[in-house]
Amino acid sequence: MKVLVPVKRVIDYNVKVRVKADQSGVDLANVKMSMNPFDEIAVEEAVRLKEKGMATEVVALSIGPHQASETIRTALAMGADRGILVKTDQTVEPLAVAKILKAIVEAERPDLVITGKQAIDDDSNQVGQMLAALLGWPQATFAHSLELAADSAKVAREIDGGLQTVEVKLPAVITTDLRLNEPRYASLPNIMKAKKKSIDEKTAADLGVDIAPRLKVLKVSEPPKRGGGMKVESVGALLDRLKADGVI
Amino acid sequence: MASLVLAEHDNAMLKDATHKAVTAAAAISTPVHVLVAGENCEAVAQAAAKIAGVEKALHADAPSLARQLAEPMEALILSLAGAYDAILAPATTTGKNILPRVAASLDTPQVSEILKVVSPDTFEHPIYAGNAIETVQAPAGKIIATVRTAAFGAAAEGGGATLEKITAPADPGLSKFIGEALSKSERPELTSARIVISGGRGLGSAENFKLLDSVADKLHAAVGASRAAVDAGYVPNDYQVGQTGKVVAPDLYIAVGISGAIQHLAGMKDSRKIVAINKDADAPIFQVADYGLVGDLFKSLPELDEELAKRGYK
Ligand SMILES: Cc1cc2nc3c(=O)[nH]c(=O)nc-3n(C[C@H](O)[C@H](O)[C@H](O)COP(=O)(O)OP(=O)(O)OC[C@H]3O[C@@H](n4cnc5c(N)ncnc54)[C@H](O)[C@@H]3O)c2cc1C
Repeated sequence: MKVLVPVKRVIDYNVKVRVKADQSGVDLANVKMSMNPFDEIAVEEAVRLKEKGMATEVVALSIGPHQASETIRTALAMGADRGILVKTDQTVEPLAVAKILKAIVEAERPDLVITGKQAIDDDSNQVGQMLAALLGWPQATFAHSLELAADSAKVAREIDGGLQTVEVKLPAVITTDLRLNEPRYASLPNIMKAKKKSIDEKTAADLGVDIAPRLKVLKVSEPPKRGGGMKVESVGALLDRLKADGVI
Repeated sequence: MASLVLAEHDNAMLKDATHKAVTAAAAISTPVHVLVAGENCEAVAQAAAKIAGVEKALHADAPSLARQLAEPMEALILSLAGAYDAILAPATTTGKNILPRVAASLDTPQVSEILKVVSPDTFEHPIYAGNAIETVQAPAGKIIATVRTAAFGAAAEGGGATLEKITAPADPGLSKFIGEALSKSERPELTSARIVISGGRGLGSAENFKLLDSVADKLHAAVGASRAAVDAGYVPNDYQVGQTGKVVAPDLYIAVGISGAIQHLAGMKDSRKIVAINKDADAPIFQVADYGLVGDLFKSLPELDEELAKRGYK
C-alpha cells in the first residue's frame, strides 16, 4: 500500500505574527518556518503504517518555493521514502492545491492520502476534503485514531460533540487532528540518510494545473486589540467587578 | 437568486449555529433557505421554518443522511446548488467537513470562517490563528463560505417559512457510520454559553479538573479546556478551545491554570470579559485578561466557589 503525505511549509507555531504596515499581508521576512504541525502528525502516522508493515512506500509532497524542499527533507528524515516538490513562488489557494494533488494522485496511484486537517497559516481546513471530492473518494477528517484494513479504514474523528467513528473504503483521504499521535524527532543518522533520498521536482504547469488565485485579497489587517486589564487582589474584589460589569 | 444554509442539528434539536449562519446569509443573498438533512428530523425542519427571515426550509430525510456524512451530504447539496448563488454552513465540525467537498465539485473557492460580510462578495475572515484578519473578495459565481458563529448574532425566532420535503440522491456508498462517543453534559454548550470557565495544564489531573464543576454550576457556565489539558487526558477533545478547537465569545471567559498560548487565545480573545487565574504573574494570558488574579488556583478556586455561594449563586 502506497501512502501520499502532502506537507506544507508554514510559519513556525511559536512565532508571533506581524501584519505588514501596508496591509498587504503578514511579514514573513527572516521568520522561522517549519512543517505545519498537523502535517507532522500525518507523516508520523504514515511512517508508523510502514513500520507496521501495512504501507510499502511513503511519498512526501510539498507545494511551495525552493525552501519547501527542506520541509520534504524533514519528512524524509522522519521516515518517508521519497519526495516530490511542486515548485512555485506564488500563493496557491486550497482549491488549486487540491487540483495539484489530484494530478499527483493520478500519476502515483496511492491507496491513501494522509494530510493535516488545516495549515496554521491560512487556517482554511479545506484541502483534504476538496481532494477527496475531486477524486470521488471518501474522506475521514479530523482523525483521532486510525485502524487500517486491506480495503477500508476505520477512523475515529474529533467532532464538536465528542468522537465519531466512520469506516471508509480505500482509496481515501484522511486528515489528522492533534491526538492521532505524537510525531517523532528525526534522529541524526536519519537526517543524514534523508539527504540521500530523492526529491523529484515539478511545476504546476507540468501537471497541467492552473493555479492563478481566484480570491482577491483586498487587505490584511490587525485584529482589534484588547485594552490592558488590571490585577485584582481577591476573589471578592473580582466578583464585585464582574457584577458591576453585568456579566454575572 | 437565493442563499442556502446548511442546518446544524442532531436530528432532534436545531442548534443556534444555524440561526447565526442565517444572519450571515441574509447579508449575502436573499431569500434564505435552510437545508435540514438527517433521519427522522421532521421536528428540526419545523424549527428551521420558524427562524425569522427564512423563506423556505428544505427537509431531506433518509437513513443515509442520519449522520450527515460528507459524501452523501455533498451529493445532496450538489443536487440543489443550481438554484443558489450562495451556499453557507456554520463552521462546526459538520460544516467544515462537508462544505469544501461541495466547493471543489463546483470548482469554486471557499472562504473559511467568515467574521463579517463587508459586501455580498467580500468578507473578513481570520488567518494565522486570528493574528491577522484578511479581507477577501470572491470571484463572480457562487459564494461558498463557512461562518464563524461567534461573530454573528442569531436570527430571531418567529418566522413562517414554507416547509418542503425533498428527495436525497442515492448514497454514494463510500463511507459508513460505525459509532460515536459523545460527551454528555447538563451544562450549556461551549459555543453558545454566556459564561465559559476553562482549565489548563495547571489543573494537574482529571480529578482536579472537577474543581471547575462547582463554580461552573453556580454560574451556569460551560466548561472548556486548553489543548494541554485535553492531550493530558483530563477532559475529552470536545472541550478544547482555540485555533484548532472551538471558538467561543461568551460574555465572560474564566481561564484557570492556562498560560495563554496564541493558539488558545485564538479561540477566546473575542469574549466580552476575560478573567485569568494563574500563579505566574508573567503568564501571557494576563495580557488579554480584563481581570487577573495572581495566585494558586487550588486556593483561589475553592475561595471563588465559596464566595459565590455566600452571594447566593447556587
Ligand atoms: C498545531 C497546534 C494547534 C494548537 N491548538 C490549540 C488549541 O486549539 N487550543 C489550545 O488551548 N492550545 C492549542 N495548542 C497548544 C498551545 O500551543 C499550548 O501548548 C497550550 O495552549 C498550553 O496549554 P496550557 O496553557 O493549559 O498549558 P501551559 O502552557 O503548560 O500552562 C499552564 C499554566 O498553568 C499555570 N499554573 C500551573 N499550576 C498552577 C497553579 N497551581 N495555580 C495557578 N496556575 C497554575 C502555569 O503558570 C501556566 O501558566 C496548539 C498547538 C499547536 C502546535
